[in-house]
Amino acid sequence: MNFSTFMSFVSYLKDGISLGAVYAIIALGYTMVYGIAKMLNFAHGDVIMVGAYISLTMMTKTGAPPVVALLVAIVGCTLLGVTIEFVAYRPLRKASSPLAVLITAIGVSYLLQNLALKIFGAGPESIRDEQKIISGSPVVLFNGQLAISRITILIVICIIIIMCALTWFVNRTRRGHAMLAVSEDRDAAQLMGVNVNGTISLTFAIGSALAAVAGVLLFSAYPSLTPYTGSMPGIKAFVAAVFGGIGSIPGAMIGGILLGIIENLAKAYIPSGSQVSDAIVFAVLIFVLLIRPAGLFGKNIQEKV
Amino acid sequence: MAMLEVTDLHVYYGVIHALKGLSFQVEKGEVVALIGANGAGKTTTLQTLTGILPAKRGKILFEGQDITKVPAHKIVEMGIAHVPEGRRVFSQLSVYDNLRLGAFTRKDKVEIEESLSMIYRRFPRLEERKNQKAGTLSGGEQQMLAMGRALMSRPRLIVMDEPSMGLSPIYVNEIFDIIKVVSEGGTTVLLVEQNAKKALSIANRAYVLETGNIIMEGDAQQLLHDEKVQKAYLGE
Repeated sequence: MNFSTFMSFVSYLKDGISLGAVYAIIALGYTMVYGIAKMLNFAHGDVIMVGAYISLTMMTKTGAPPVVALLVAIVGCTLLGVTIEFVAYRPLRKASSPLAVLITAIGVSYLLQNLALKIFGAGPESIRDEQKIISGSPVVLFNGQLAISRITILIVICIIIIMCALTWFVNRTRRGHAMLAVSEDRDAAQLMGVNVNGTISLTFAIGSALAAVAGVLLFSAYPSLTPYTGSMPGIKAFVAAVFGGIGSIPGAMIGGILLGIIENLAKAYIPSGSQVSDAIVFAVLIFVLLIRPAGLFGKNIQEKV
Repeated sequence: MAMLEVTDLHVYYGVIHALKGLSFQVEKGEVVALIGANGAGKTTTLQTLTGILPAKRGKILFEGQDITKVPAHKIVEMGIAHVPEGRRVFSQLSVYDNLRLGAFTRKDKVEIEESLSMIYRRFPRLEERKNQKAGTLSGGEQQMLAMGRALMSRPRLIVMDEPSMGLSPIYVNEIFDIIKVVSEGGTTVLLVEQNAKKALSIANRAYVLETGNIIMEGDAQQLLHDEKVQKAYLGE
Protein backbone atom coordinates (compact mmCIF):
# COMPACT_ATOMS: atom_id res chain seq x y z
CA MET A 1 0.00 0.00 0.00
CA ASN A 2 1.54 3.30 -1.02
CA PHE A 3 1.24 6.50 0.94
CA SER A 4 -1.57 8.02 -1.08
CA THR A 5 -3.86 4.97 -0.88
CA PHE A 6 -3.11 4.88 2.86
CA MET A 7 -4.05 8.56 3.15
CA SER A 8 -7.29 7.97 1.32
CA PHE A 9 -8.04 5.17 3.77
CA VAL A 10 -7.34 7.55 6.66
CA SER A 11 -9.63 10.06 5.03
CA TYR A 12 -12.51 7.55 4.78
CA LEU A 13 -11.82 6.52 8.34
CA LYS A 14 -11.96 10.13 9.49
CA ASP A 15 -15.28 10.70 7.71
CA GLY A 16 -16.56 7.51 9.30
CA ILE A 17 -15.57 8.71 12.76
CA SER A 18 -17.26 12.04 12.13
CA LEU A 19 -20.52 10.44 10.98
CA GLY A 20 -20.25 7.84 13.72
CA ALA A 21 -19.79 10.48 16.40
CA VAL A 22 -23.12 12.01 15.36
CA TYR A 23 -24.72 8.56 15.56
CA ALA A 24 -23.14 8.23 18.99
CA ILE A 25 -24.70 11.48 20.23
CA ILE A 26 -28.11 10.26 19.05
CA ALA A 27 -27.49 6.76 20.42
CA LEU A 28 -26.78 8.21 23.87
CA GLY A 29 -30.35 9.49 23.95
CA TYR A 30 -31.72 6.09 22.95
CA THR A 31 -29.60 4.22 25.42
CA MET A 32 -30.28 6.49 28.41
CA VAL A 33 -34.02 6.46 27.84
CA TYR A 34 -33.93 2.69 27.44
CA GLY A 35 -31.76 2.25 30.51
CA ILE A 36 -33.95 4.37 32.76
CA ALA A 37 -37.47 4.40 31.34
CA LYS A 38 -37.12 0.85 29.91
CA MET A 39 -38.65 1.89 26.59
CA LEU A 40 -37.50 2.38 23.01
CA ASN A 41 -38.30 5.93 22.04
CA PHE A 42 -38.64 5.58 18.29
CA ALA A 43 -39.55 9.25 18.02
CA HIS A 44 -36.01 10.15 19.12
CA GLY A 45 -34.72 10.43 15.54
CA ASP A 46 -37.47 12.88 14.66
CA VAL A 47 -36.52 15.14 17.55
CA ILE A 48 -33.20 15.57 15.69
CA MET A 49 -35.10 16.78 12.65
CA VAL A 50 -37.14 19.20 14.78
CA GLY A 51 -33.89 20.53 16.28
CA ALA A 52 -32.46 21.19 12.82
CA TYR A 53 -35.66 22.96 11.71
CA ILE A 54 -35.74 25.11 14.86
CA SER A 55 -32.16 26.26 14.32
CA LEU A 56 -32.77 26.89 10.61
CA THR A 57 -35.93 28.89 11.32
CA MET A 58 -34.15 30.96 13.96
CA MET A 59 -31.40 31.85 11.50
CA THR A 60 -33.63 32.64 8.51
CA LYS A 61 -36.48 34.39 10.34
CA THR A 62 -34.64 36.29 13.06
CA GLY A 63 -31.13 36.37 11.63
CA ALA A 64 -29.78 34.84 14.84
CA PRO A 65 -26.16 33.66 14.69
CA PRO A 66 -25.70 29.86 14.46
CA VAL A 67 -24.69 29.47 18.10
CA VAL A 68 -27.81 31.25 19.35
CA ALA A 69 -29.91 29.16 16.95
CA LEU A 70 -28.32 26.03 18.41
CA LEU A 71 -29.14 27.11 21.96
CA VAL A 72 -32.76 27.78 21.00
CA ALA A 73 -32.91 24.36 19.31
CA ILE A 74 -31.58 22.73 22.51
CA VAL A 75 -34.21 24.47 24.64
CA GLY A 76 -36.95 23.67 22.12
CA CYS A 77 -36.05 19.99 21.84
CA THR A 78 -35.69 19.61 25.59
CA LEU A 79 -39.22 20.96 26.06
CA LEU A 80 -40.46 18.78 23.21
CA GLY A 81 -38.88 15.63 24.68
CA VAL A 82 -40.25 16.25 28.16
CA THR A 83 -43.70 17.02 26.73
CA ILE A 84 -43.73 13.87 24.58
CA GLU A 85 -42.84 11.80 27.64
CA PHE A 86 -45.48 13.48 29.78
CA VAL A 87 -48.32 13.36 27.26
CA ALA A 88 -47.68 10.16 25.33
CA TYR A 89 -45.55 7.79 27.40
CA ARG A 90 -46.22 8.47 31.08
CA PRO A 91 -49.91 7.49 30.96
CA LEU A 92 -48.83 4.13 29.53
CA ARG A 93 -46.12 3.43 32.10
CA LYS A 94 -48.28 0.98 34.01
CA ALA A 95 -49.82 -0.56 30.88
CA SER A 96 -49.78 -4.33 31.00
CA SER A 97 -47.90 -4.70 27.71
CA PRO A 98 -44.67 -2.87 26.84
CA LEU A 99 -45.90 -2.90 23.24
CA ALA A 100 -48.40 -0.14 24.04
CA VAL A 101 -45.69 2.45 24.62
CA LEU A 102 -43.59 1.16 21.70
CA ILE A 103 -46.48 1.61 19.28
CA THR A 104 -47.18 5.04 20.76
CA ALA A 105 -43.55 6.01 20.14
CA ILE A 106 -43.91 5.02 16.47
CA GLY A 107 -47.07 7.12 16.38
CA VAL A 108 -45.27 10.12 17.87
CA SER A 109 -42.56 9.68 15.24
CA TYR A 110 -45.09 9.96 12.40
CA LEU A 111 -46.84 12.83 14.15
CA LEU A 112 -43.61 14.85 14.29
CA GLN A 113 -42.79 14.07 10.65
CA ASN A 114 -46.27 15.07 9.48
CA LEU A 115 -46.32 18.24 11.55
CA ALA A 116 -42.96 19.21 10.04
CA LEU A 117 -44.33 18.44 6.59
CA LYS A 118 -47.32 20.70 7.27
CA ILE A 119 -45.25 23.55 8.70
CA PHE A 120 -42.07 23.45 6.61
CA GLY A 121 -43.12 21.59 3.46
CA ALA A 122 -41.37 18.61 1.90
CA GLY A 123 -38.11 20.51 1.38
CA PRO A 124 -35.30 19.89 1.04
CA GLU A 125 -33.98 22.94 2.86
CA SER A 126 -30.35 23.89 2.67
CA ILE A 127 -28.16 26.39 4.48
CA ARG A 128 -25.51 28.83 3.39
CA ASP A 129 -21.97 28.34 4.58
CA GLU A 130 -22.13 31.11 7.17
CA GLN A 131 -25.27 29.55 8.66
CA LYS A 132 -23.39 26.39 9.52
CA ILE A 133 -22.47 26.00 13.16
CA ILE A 134 -18.86 26.25 12.06
CA SER A 135 -17.51 27.29 8.68
CA GLY A 136 -14.21 28.09 7.06
CA SER A 137 -11.68 26.17 5.06
CA PRO A 138 -10.68 22.65 6.11
CA VAL A 139 -7.53 21.93 8.04
CA VAL A 140 -5.02 20.47 5.57
CA LEU A 141 -2.38 17.96 6.65
CA PHE A 142 0.37 16.00 4.90
CA ASN A 143 0.85 18.42 1.99
CA GLY A 144 -2.81 18.37 1.05
CA GLN A 145 -3.16 14.59 1.22
CA LEU A 146 -5.61 14.83 4.10
CA ALA A 147 -8.21 17.54 4.60
CA ILE A 148 -10.23 17.62 7.79
CA SER A 149 -13.27 19.85 7.70
CA ARG A 150 -13.91 22.08 10.68
CA ILE A 151 -17.30 20.49 11.28
CA THR A 152 -15.57 17.12 11.66
CA ILE A 153 -13.26 18.55 14.28
CA LEU A 154 -16.18 20.19 16.08
CA ILE A 155 -18.19 16.94 16.04
CA VAL A 156 -15.32 15.01 17.57
CA ILE A 157 -14.81 17.68 20.25
CA CYS A 158 -18.54 17.61 20.98
CA ILE A 159 -18.71 13.85 21.48
CA ILE A 160 -15.70 13.93 23.80
CA ILE A 161 -17.22 16.72 25.91
CA ILE A 162 -20.64 15.06 25.97
CA MET A 163 -19.15 11.72 26.93
CA CYS A 164 -17.12 13.18 29.80
CA ALA A 165 -20.02 15.31 31.03
CA LEU A 166 -22.49 12.41 31.00
CA THR A 167 -20.09 10.03 32.71
CA TRP A 168 -19.42 12.61 35.39
CA PHE A 169 -23.11 13.41 35.81
CA VAL A 170 -24.27 9.81 36.11
CA ASN A 171 -21.48 8.59 38.38
CA ARG A 172 -20.74 11.63 40.50
CA THR A 173 -23.94 13.57 41.09
CA ARG A 174 -26.96 12.93 43.26
CA ARG A 175 -29.38 13.10 40.31
CA GLY A 176 -27.10 10.77 38.36
CA HIS A 177 -27.18 8.23 41.16
CA ALA A 178 -30.96 8.56 41.22
CA MET A 179 -30.91 7.62 37.52
CA LEU A 180 -28.80 4.55 38.19
CA ALA A 181 -31.13 3.56 41.01
CA VAL A 182 -34.27 3.99 38.87
CA SER A 183 -32.57 2.08 36.06
CA GLU A 184 -31.97 -0.88 38.33
CA ASP A 185 -35.05 -1.00 40.52
CA ARG A 186 -37.83 1.55 40.26
CA ASP A 187 -39.65 0.57 43.45
CA ALA A 188 -36.49 0.41 45.54
CA ALA A 189 -35.48 3.83 44.16
CA GLN A 190 -38.80 5.26 45.32
CA LEU A 191 -38.19 3.86 48.78
CA MET A 192 -34.97 5.93 48.83
CA GLY A 193 -37.02 9.05 48.15
CA VAL A 194 -36.20 9.23 44.44
CA ASN A 195 -39.00 10.73 42.35
CA VAL A 196 -39.20 8.22 39.50
CA ASN A 197 -41.33 10.37 37.20
CA GLY A 198 -39.02 13.33 37.70
CA THR A 199 -35.97 11.20 36.99
CA ILE A 200 -37.49 9.86 33.77
CA SER A 201 -38.40 13.42 32.70
CA LEU A 202 -34.82 14.49 33.30
CA THR A 203 -33.59 11.60 31.17
CA PHE A 204 -35.85 12.65 28.31
CA ALA A 205 -34.65 16.23 28.73
CA ILE A 206 -30.99 15.21 28.43
CA GLY A 207 -31.62 12.83 25.52
CA SER A 208 -33.61 15.45 23.61
CA ALA A 209 -31.07 18.20 24.24
CA LEU A 210 -28.43 15.86 22.79
CA ALA A 211 -30.74 15.20 19.83
CA ALA A 212 -30.84 18.94 19.14
CA VAL A 213 -27.04 19.09 19.15
CA ALA A 214 -26.91 16.08 16.83
CA GLY A 215 -29.49 17.67 14.53
CA VAL A 216 -27.56 20.90 14.16
CA LEU A 217 -24.23 19.10 13.66
CA LEU A 218 -25.75 16.73 11.12
CA PHE A 219 -27.38 19.57 9.18
CA SER A 220 -24.09 21.50 9.12
CA ALA A 221 -22.19 18.44 7.89
CA TYR A 222 -24.85 17.30 5.39
CA PRO A 223 -26.88 20.40 4.53
CA SER A 224 -30.09 18.90 3.27
CA LEU A 225 -33.11 18.94 5.55
CA THR A 226 -36.52 17.33 5.02
CA PRO A 227 -39.13 16.14 7.53
CA TYR A 228 -37.72 12.63 7.08
CA THR A 229 -34.07 13.59 7.68
CA GLY A 230 -34.08 12.35 11.28
CA SER A 231 -35.57 8.99 10.60
CA MET A 232 -32.61 7.10 9.07
CA PRO A 233 -29.92 8.47 11.45
CA GLY A 234 -32.37 7.70 14.24
CA ILE A 235 -32.68 4.08 13.22
CA LYS A 236 -28.92 3.77 12.75
CA ALA A 237 -28.29 5.30 16.15
CA PHE A 238 -30.70 2.74 17.58
CA VAL A 239 -28.66 0.04 15.84
CA ALA A 240 -25.51 1.62 17.29
CA ALA A 241 -27.00 1.57 20.79
CA VAL A 242 -27.95 -2.11 20.46
CA PHE A 243 -24.57 -2.85 18.89
CA GLY A 244 -22.75 -1.29 21.85
CA GLY A 245 -25.12 -2.85 24.38
CA ILE A 246 -28.34 -0.93 24.94
CA GLY A 247 -28.41 0.81 28.30
CA SER A 248 -24.64 1.35 28.35
CA ILE A 249 -23.26 4.87 27.87
CA PRO A 250 -19.76 3.86 26.63
CA GLY A 251 -21.49 1.20 24.53
CA ALA A 252 -23.54 3.85 22.72
CA MET A 253 -20.45 5.91 22.05
CA ILE A 254 -18.29 3.03 20.75
CA GLY A 255 -21.24 1.49 18.88
CA GLY A 256 -22.00 4.79 17.14
CA ILE A 257 -18.44 5.42 16.05
CA LEU A 258 -17.89 1.83 14.87
CA LEU A 259 -21.13 2.01 12.91
CA GLY A 260 -20.07 5.23 11.19
CA ILE A 261 -16.69 3.74 10.30
CA ILE A 262 -18.19 0.52 8.94
CA GLU A 263 -20.74 2.46 6.90
CA ASN A 264 -18.14 4.77 5.38
CA LEU A 265 -15.56 2.10 4.62
CA ALA A 266 -18.27 -0.04 3.04
CA LYS A 267 -19.23 2.87 0.81
CA ALA A 268 -15.60 3.38 -0.17
CA TYR A 269 -14.27 -0.12 -0.66
CA ILE A 270 -17.15 -2.40 -1.54
CA PRO A 271 -18.35 -2.32 -5.15
CA SER A 272 -21.59 -0.35 -5.35
CA GLY A 273 -21.06 0.12 -1.61
CA SER A 274 -23.09 3.27 -1.30
CA GLN A 275 -26.19 1.36 -2.40
CA VAL A 276 -25.68 -1.48 0.05
CA SER A 277 -23.94 0.31 2.95
CA ASP A 278 -27.15 0.34 5.02
CA ALA A 279 -27.62 -3.37 4.45
CA ILE A 280 -24.03 -3.95 5.54
CA VAL A 281 -24.63 -1.95 8.72
CA PHE A 282 -27.59 -4.15 9.63
CA ALA A 283 -25.70 -7.31 8.67
CA VAL A 284 -22.93 -6.35 11.08
CA LEU A 285 -25.53 -5.79 13.79
CA ILE A 286 -27.01 -9.24 13.25
CA PHE A 287 -23.56 -10.76 13.31
CA VAL A 288 -22.60 -9.04 16.58
CA LEU A 289 -25.88 -9.99 18.22
CA LEU A 290 -25.39 -13.63 17.23
CA ILE A 291 -22.04 -13.67 19.01
CA ARG A 292 -22.84 -11.29 21.86
CA PRO A 293 -26.60 -11.08 22.34
CA ALA A 294 -26.27 -8.25 24.86
CA GLY A 295 -24.11 -6.13 22.53
CA LEU A 296 -20.45 -5.23 22.91
CA PHE A 297 -20.72 -3.58 26.35
CA GLY A 298 -24.05 -4.98 27.41
CA LYS A 299 -24.38 -7.05 30.52
CA ASN A 300 -26.56 -10.11 30.45
CA ILE A 301 -29.99 -9.32 31.83
CA GLN A 302 -28.95 -6.42 34.06
CA GLU A 303 -28.86 -3.07 32.34
CA LYS A 304 -26.72 -0.12 33.18
CA VAL A 305 -27.69 3.42 32.41
CA MET B 1 -51.63 8.99 70.20
CA ALA B 2 -49.86 6.08 68.55
CA MET B 3 -46.94 6.75 66.20
CA LEU B 4 -48.61 4.79 63.43
CA GLU B 5 -52.36 4.33 63.29
CA VAL B 6 -53.90 2.26 60.53
CA THR B 7 -57.68 2.25 60.37
CA ASP B 8 -59.94 0.08 58.21
CA LEU B 9 -57.40 -0.34 55.39
CA HIS B 10 -58.65 -1.90 52.16
CA VAL B 11 -56.28 -2.69 49.29
CA TYR B 12 -57.00 -4.39 45.97
CA TYR B 13 -54.75 -6.07 43.42
CA GLY B 14 -56.98 -5.65 40.38
CA VAL B 15 -60.09 -7.54 41.45
CA ILE B 16 -58.42 -9.38 44.34
CA HIS B 17 -59.34 -7.92 47.72
CA ALA B 18 -55.94 -8.25 49.42
CA LEU B 19 -56.52 -6.30 52.63
CA LYS B 20 -60.02 -6.38 54.04
CA GLY B 21 -60.26 -3.61 56.58
CA LEU B 22 -57.04 -3.83 58.54
CA SER B 23 -56.64 -1.78 61.71
CA PHE B 24 -53.55 -1.71 63.92
CA GLN B 25 -51.26 0.66 65.78
CA VAL B 26 -47.58 0.95 66.50
CA GLU B 27 -46.51 2.94 69.55
CA LYS B 28 -43.30 4.94 69.60
CA GLY B 29 -40.33 2.80 70.65
CA GLU B 30 -42.08 -0.53 70.09
CA VAL B 31 -41.10 -3.51 68.01
CA VAL B 32 -44.32 -4.77 66.42
CA ALA B 33 -44.47 -7.94 64.33
CA LEU B 34 -47.00 -8.87 61.65
CA ILE B 35 -47.02 -12.62 61.27
CA GLY B 36 -49.01 -14.93 59.07
CA ALA B 37 -48.81 -17.39 56.22
CA ASN B 38 -47.88 -16.65 52.63
CA GLY B 39 -50.52 -14.51 50.96
CA ALA B 40 -51.98 -13.25 54.24
CA GLY B 41 -51.29 -9.65 53.20
CA LYS B 42 -48.18 -8.83 55.20
CA THR B 43 -46.11 -7.41 52.35
CA THR B 44 -49.17 -5.67 50.92
CA THR B 45 -49.65 -3.93 54.25
CA LEU B 46 -46.10 -2.59 54.30
CA GLN B 47 -46.19 -1.55 50.64
CA THR B 48 -49.41 0.37 51.24
CA LEU B 49 -47.91 2.11 54.28
CA THR B 50 -44.99 3.41 52.24
CA GLY B 51 -47.04 4.42 49.22
CA ILE B 52 -46.00 1.77 46.71
CA LEU B 53 -49.54 0.40 46.58
CA PRO B 54 -52.63 2.64 46.74
CA ALA B 55 -55.24 2.16 49.45
CA LYS B 56 -58.79 1.82 48.21
CA ARG B 57 -60.30 2.75 51.57
CA GLY B 58 -59.10 3.49 55.06
CA LYS B 59 -56.65 5.79 56.74
CA ILE B 60 -52.97 5.72 57.68
CA LEU B 61 -51.83 8.27 60.25
CA PHE B 62 -48.14 8.71 61.01
CA GLU B 63 -47.32 10.99 63.95
CA GLY B 64 -50.78 12.45 63.52
CA GLN B 65 -50.38 13.23 59.80
CA ASP B 66 -52.52 11.54 57.18
CA ILE B 67 -50.11 9.74 54.84
CA THR B 68 -52.67 7.55 53.06
CA LYS B 69 -52.21 9.35 49.74
CA VAL B 70 -48.58 10.44 50.08
CA PRO B 71 -46.50 9.06 47.15
CA ALA B 72 -43.73 6.58 47.96
CA HIS B 73 -40.85 8.95 47.26
CA LYS B 74 -42.13 11.47 49.84
CA ILE B 75 -42.58 8.93 52.63
CA VAL B 76 -38.87 8.69 53.45
CA GLU B 77 -38.64 12.38 54.18
CA MET B 78 -41.52 12.05 56.65
CA GLY B 79 -39.45 9.62 58.71
CA ILE B 80 -40.40 6.12 57.54
CA ALA B 81 -37.83 3.81 55.94
CA HIS B 82 -38.75 0.57 54.24
CA VAL B 83 -36.44 -2.45 54.00
CA PRO B 84 -38.13 -4.33 51.15
CA GLU B 85 -38.67 -8.04 50.77
CA GLY B 86 -35.79 -9.67 48.94
CA ARG B 87 -33.45 -6.81 50.06
CA ARG B 88 -33.57 -5.06 46.66
CA VAL B 89 -30.10 -3.55 46.95
CA PHE B 90 -28.80 -1.82 43.81
CA SER B 91 -26.57 -4.66 42.70
CA GLN B 92 -24.64 -2.73 40.04
CA LEU B 93 -23.71 0.04 42.48
CA SER B 94 -21.06 -0.10 45.18
CA VAL B 95 -21.94 -0.67 48.82
CA TYR B 96 -20.99 2.96 49.47
CA ASP B 97 -23.24 4.27 46.69
CA ASN B 98 -26.11 2.16 48.01
CA LEU B 99 -25.69 3.71 51.45
CA ARG B 100 -25.48 7.20 49.95
CA LEU B 101 -28.74 6.57 48.10
CA GLY B 102 -30.27 5.75 51.48
CA ALA B 103 -29.55 9.37 52.43
CA PHE B 104 -30.93 10.66 49.12
CA THR B 105 -33.41 13.05 50.73
CA ARG B 106 -30.92 14.46 53.22
CA LYS B 107 -28.92 17.55 52.45
CA ASP B 108 -26.40 18.04 55.26
CA LYS B 109 -23.10 16.54 54.12
CA VAL B 110 -21.48 16.48 57.57
CA GLU B 111 -24.41 14.71 59.18
CA ILE B 112 -24.60 12.22 56.30
CA GLU B 113 -20.93 11.38 56.89
CA GLU B 114 -21.69 10.88 60.59
CA SER B 115 -24.54 8.52 59.76
CA LEU B 116 -22.24 6.67 57.40
CA SER B 117 -19.59 6.08 60.05
CA MET B 118 -22.33 5.04 62.47
CA ILE B 119 -23.54 2.45 59.93
CA TYR B 120 -19.97 1.26 59.36
CA ARG B 121 -19.52 0.83 63.14
CA ARG B 122 -22.70 -1.18 63.32
CA PHE B 123 -21.94 -3.23 60.18
CA PRO B 124 -18.13 -3.50 59.97
CA ARG B 125 -18.45 -5.88 57.04
CA LEU B 126 -20.07 -3.16 54.95
CA GLU B 127 -17.08 -0.91 55.52
CA GLU B 128 -14.69 -3.70 54.49
CA ARG B 129 -16.66 -4.07 51.28
CA LYS B 130 -17.63 -0.48 50.66
CA ASN B 131 -16.14 -0.35 47.16
CA GLN B 132 -17.50 -3.71 46.09
CA LYS B 133 -20.61 -3.94 43.92
CA ALA B 134 -23.59 -4.78 46.11
CA GLY B 135 -24.45 -7.68 43.83
CA THR B 136 -21.27 -9.48 44.87
CA LEU B 137 -22.26 -9.58 48.57
CA SER B 138 -23.69 -12.69 50.21
CA GLY B 139 -27.39 -12.78 51.08
CA GLY B 140 -26.75 -11.90 54.71
CA GLU B 141 -24.46 -9.02 53.80
CA GLN B 142 -27.04 -7.74 51.33
CA GLN B 143 -29.63 -7.81 54.10
CA MET B 144 -27.28 -5.78 56.29
CA LEU B 145 -26.78 -3.36 53.42
CA ALA B 146 -30.53 -3.03 52.90
CA MET B 147 -30.92 -2.25 56.61
CA GLY B 148 -27.98 0.13 56.65
CA ARG B 149 -29.34 1.87 53.56
CA ALA B 150 -32.71 2.33 55.26
CA LEU B 151 -31.07 3.65 58.44
CA MET B 152 -29.15 6.22 56.37
CA SER B 153 -32.40 8.21 56.08
CA ARG B 154 -32.46 8.46 59.90
CA PRO B 155 -36.00 7.08 60.14
CA ARG B 156 -38.16 7.31 63.23
CA LEU B 157 -40.05 4.23 62.02
CA ILE B 158 -38.41 1.43 60.09
CA VAL B 159 -40.55 -1.23 58.41
CA MET B 160 -38.84 -4.48 57.49
CA ASP B 161 -40.21 -7.10 55.16
CA GLU B 162 -38.95 -10.66 55.75
CA PRO B 163 -35.42 -9.69 56.78
CA SER B 164 -34.48 -13.31 57.55
CA MET B 165 -35.79 -14.80 54.30
CA GLY B 166 -33.34 -17.14 52.58
CA LEU B 167 -30.55 -16.60 55.10
CA SER B 168 -28.45 -19.22 56.85
CA PRO B 169 -29.27 -19.76 60.56
CA ILE B 170 -26.15 -17.85 61.66
CA TYR B 171 -27.17 -14.81 59.67
CA VAL B 172 -30.77 -15.10 60.86
CA ASN B 173 -29.57 -14.73 64.45
CA GLU B 174 -27.30 -11.86 63.50
CA ILE B 175 -30.06 -10.01 61.68
CA PHE B 176 -32.41 -10.34 64.65
CA ASP B 177 -29.67 -9.10 66.98
CA ILE B 178 -29.29 -6.07 64.73
CA ILE B 179 -33.03 -5.41 64.81
CA LYS B 180 -32.81 -5.37 68.60
CA VAL B 181 -29.93 -2.91 68.48
CA VAL B 182 -31.81 -0.70 66.03
CA SER B 183 -34.80 -0.70 68.35
CA GLU B 184 -32.65 0.06 71.41
CA GLY B 185 -31.17 2.95 69.46
CA GLY B 186 -34.63 4.58 69.55
CA THR B 187 -36.04 3.61 66.17
CA THR B 188 -39.52 2.13 66.17
CA VAL B 189 -39.74 -1.16 64.25
CA LEU B 190 -42.58 -2.74 62.32
CA LEU B 191 -41.54 -6.20 61.26
CA VAL B 192 -43.07 -8.67 58.84
CA GLU B 193 -41.79 -12.21 59.20
CA GLN B 194 -42.57 -15.76 58.23
CA ASN B 195 -40.16 -16.88 60.92
CA ALA B 196 -42.85 -16.19 63.50
CA LYS B 197 -40.96 -17.70 66.41
CA LYS B 198 -37.96 -15.42 65.91
CA ALA B 199 -40.14 -12.40 65.28
CA LEU B 200 -42.22 -12.96 68.40
CA SER B 201 -39.09 -13.48 70.48
CA ILE B 202 -37.89 -9.92 69.84
CA ALA B 203 -41.24 -8.11 69.41
CA ASN B 204 -43.23 -6.32 72.10
CA ARG B 205 -46.55 -6.91 70.40
CA ALA B 206 -47.76 -8.77 67.33
CA TYR B 207 -50.69 -9.08 64.96
CA VAL B 208 -51.61 -12.32 63.23
CA LEU B 209 -52.86 -11.90 59.66
CA GLU B 210 -54.95 -14.34 57.72
CA THR B 211 -56.23 -13.64 54.18
CA GLY B 212 -56.30 -9.91 54.59
CA ASN B 213 -57.72 -9.78 58.10
CA ILE B 214 -56.19 -9.51 61.55
CA ILE B 215 -57.36 -12.58 63.41
CA MET B 216 -55.36 -12.17 66.61
CA GLU B 217 -53.34 -9.54 68.36
CA GLY B 218 -51.56 -9.13 71.60
CA ASP B 219 -48.42 -9.27 73.65
CA ALA B 220 -45.68 -11.11 71.71
CA GLN B 221 -44.77 -13.41 74.59
CA GLN B 222 -48.43 -14.37 75.04
CA LEU B 223 -48.82 -15.15 71.34
CA LEU B 224 -45.62 -17.15 71.41
CA HIS B 225 -47.21 -19.42 73.99
CA ASP B 226 -50.71 -19.40 72.54
CA GLU B 227 -51.72 -22.88 71.48
CA LYS B 228 -53.47 -21.81 68.32
CA VAL B 229 -50.57 -19.66 67.18
CA GLN B 230 -48.12 -22.43 67.96
CA LYS B 231 -50.10 -24.90 65.91
CA ALA B 232 -50.66 -22.65 62.91
CA TYR B 233 -47.44 -20.64 62.70
CA LEU B 234 -44.76 -22.06 64.90
CA GLY B 235 -44.94 -25.62 63.63
CA GLU B 236 -45.23 -27.19 67.04
